[in-house]
Amino acid sequence: MTETTLYLLSAIAVMTAATFTTRLLPFVLLYRVSDHPLLTWLGRFLPPMMMVLLIVYAFKDSAGEARAVLLQLSCLLLVALLQLLFRQALVSIAGGTALYMFLLQSAGG
Amino acid sequence: MSLSPLNALVLRTSLPVMFGYIPLGAAFGVLFSALDYHWLWASVMATFIYAGAAQFLAVGLLANQAGLMEIAVATLLLNSRHLFYGLTLVGQQDHRGWRRLYQIFSLTDETYSLLVATDLPAGTDRGRFRLRLSALHQLYWVCGCTLGAWAGSRLSFNTDGIAFVLPALFMVLATEQYRHLRDWRPFAMALLIGLGTLLLISREHMLLIAILLSLSVLILLFRRQQPARAEQP
Repeated sequence: MTETTLYLLSAIAVMTAATFTTRLLPFVLLYRVSDHPLLTWLGRFLPPMMMVLLIVYAFKDSAGEARAVLLQLSCLLLVALLQLLFRQALVSIAGGTALYMFLLQSAGG
Repeated sequence: MSLSPLNALVLRTSLPVMFGYIPLGAAFGVLFSALDYHWLWASVMATFIYAGAAQFLAVGLLANQAGLMEIAVATLLLNSRHLFYGLTLVGQQDHRGWRRLYQIFSLTDETYSLLVATDLPAGTDRGRFRLRLSALHQLYWVCGCTLGAWAGSRLSFNTDGIAFVLPALFMVLATEQYRHLRDWRPFAMALLIGLGTLLLISREHMLLIAILLSLSVLILLFRRQQPARAEQP
C-alpha cells in the first residue's frame, strides 16, 4: 500500500469514527447529561461559529492577495443573497460557484 | 411490477431528498476527483462517512495534507449539530441490534427532518418505514458521489475554481443558522477569532487553533453568565 493510500485510508477511518460518534452520543448519554446547560449553550452557539470559521478557512491560501480575496468575497455575498431570497441551497451554491469559476477562468486565461 | 404500499410511501417521501442528494453528491465527487485518487474512494467515503458537509470539508483537508488530529477535531465539531438531532429521537426506539445502529449511523440532516416530520397513515410499520427511508437516502448519496467522481475522472473540463462549492456550502449553512438564531454576536466573534488566527497566529493550523479558541471563549462566556442564571427563580 502506498503512503498516499494509507493516509487517505486513515483519514477516512478517522472521519467515519468522528461522524458516527456525534450521531451516537445522544443515544448513549440519554437525557440526563444531554440537557446539561453547557451542552445546550454550546449547541446554540457552536454551529454558527463553526460555519464562519470554515468560511474563513477558505481564505487560507488567498489571504494577502487583494484580487483573490475580493473575488471570493463578492461571490460569497452572492451566495448569501441567493439563499436569503430563494432558500434553495443548490441554487445558491451553484450560482455562486458558477460566477466564481467564470470570473477566475476568464481572468486567468 | 408494483410496489407495496409501504415501499411506495417510502419512495414518495424520499423524492425531494433524491433531487438534493444526487446533485450535491455529484458535486462532491467532481471536487474529490481533482485530488487524483481513484474515483471508487468517493464511493467508500459516501458509504462509511455519509455526511455531506464533512465530506466536502475532507476534500479541503486532504488537499492540504492536514494531520489526522486536525481532521478528527474539525469533523467532530462540524458535526456537533448531530448531537442535538439525536436528542429528539432518543425516546423513540423502533429497533434493536444492527438495525438500531444503522438508524443512528444514517441520521443526516434531511433524514432526521423527514423522520420527525412525516405523518404516517394508520397501520404503517414505523420501524420498517424509517429503516427503508434511511437506506434509500444513503443509496441516493452513494450514487451521486460515485457518479460525480467517475465523471470527474473521465471528462476533461476546466474545473479551476470548483472548490468554491465548499465555502459556498458553508455560507448557505451560516445564512440558515442566522435565520434561526437572529443574533449576530456569535458570527462576529467567530469572524474575529478566525481572521485573527489566520493573520496573526498560524496559517497552516488555522482551523484547529480557531476552533479551540472559539470553544474556550464560549465556555468562558457560559461560566460568566451562569451565576446570573442561578439567581433567577
